[in-house]
Amino acid sequence: MSADGCGAPVGGADLAGVDLASQAVITGVVRKDDKPVSGAYVRLLDRSGEFAAEVPTGDDGVFRFFASTGTWTVRALAPGNVTAERAVQADVGSVAEVELVLA
Amino acid sequence: MSRDAALVSADWVEQHLDDPSVVLIEVDEDTTAYDKGHIRNAIKLDWKKDLQDPVRRDFVDKQQFEQLLSSRGVSNDHTVVLYGGNNNWFAAYAYWYFKLYGHRDVRLLDGGRKKWELDSRELVEAVPEREPTNYVASDPDLSIRAFRDEAVAAIGTKNLVDVRSPDEYAGRLLAPAHLPQESAQRAGHIPTAVNVPWSKAANEDGTFKSDEELRKIYTEAGVDFSKDTVAYCRIGERSSHTWFVLHELLDQPNVKNYDGSWTEYGSLVGVPISVGDEPGSAQ
Repeated sequence: MSADGCGAPVGGADLAGVDLASQAVITGVVRKDDKPVSGAYVRLLDRSGEFAAEVPTGDDGVFRFFASTGTWTVRALAPGNVTAERAVQADVGSVAEVELVLA
Repeated sequence: MSRDAALVSADWVEQHLDDPSVVLIEVDEDTTAYDKGHIRNAIKLDWKKDLQDPVRRDFVDKQQFEQLLSSRGVSNDHTVVLYGGNNNWFAAYAYWYFKLYGHRDVRLLDGGRKKWELDSRELVEAVPEREPTNYVASDPDLSIRAFRDEAVAAIGTKNLVDVRSPDEYAGRLLAPAHLPQESAQRAGHIPTAVNVPWSKAANEDGTFKSDEELRKIYTEAGVDFSKDTVAYCRIGERSSHTWFVLHELLDQPNVKNYDGSWTEYGSLVGVPISVGDEPGSAQ
């Protein structure tokens, strides 16, 4: 990634070419009735509940963030004001996986 | 400016989809979103390809801006309504350009693409055809753009508003957390800058909070409305969102967007930097 962009692509930035040893990745899938949900907005909140990032999900329902070591919250918002939220621990050098299930 | 002149609702846009005096423009960094579906009759602008100089780190000049809008069929008399993904970051950046080059009537769709999608409103794939125009831009209005020397001079004198997330401000992250973390620049913030993340100005659906709520947020964070203000983020688009709030919604007279932002400031040799959650001092 370079200075010429700051936007969030669908699902989050690609892992290709990224040195995972230096990243604290949080990734997961938004589901409803066991099916992946596209067009949901997933945001990453820091330990104080403040917004850190947001990505829309694609057809596979996947989201991905590059955080730092610590406790975070992921929160999905889908049409109809449907939400789901989970806490997740991230650590540099590992990939934390979390599933969000919409009611 | 005021909220009524700068912002339109999704309902307003639905009522003006076929209004020939209105041009809807979707602005994104990644325009594949537009290609898969957009608001009917909207054209697209690519934040990088259309709005940035291909060689130097700067945005398009007056002549390039005129050529761009002429070729896309936008005239000086059109009401331009901008919207996009990422909570309107890039749309707000384009809004700032349109103001910089003197467009008379430009507005932002409140909530942008996210609100439109969450409302399950219509998106289409058909791309409209527009007749070319002869757009004439004004000289850039530098009263709304700050350069690096002004950012340094603002330390301890003007309001410096760092609109990045608290972890970027403190130096714990170098980029928004949807991007891999880079290491080209030093981490931290400009000394004396207060941290008011852009997201504090928006509701979860991307719409702006009320003027009253907004005024309270900035005042409580330590922004002195009697002083001039410089806003910055990492590359200047999130701070366009805050520039829009302060200058267009809250009608503050002297607000500049420092579009060089942290990727420039954090790479400068010899400038002061504060690390951690506190603004730091001017020394």
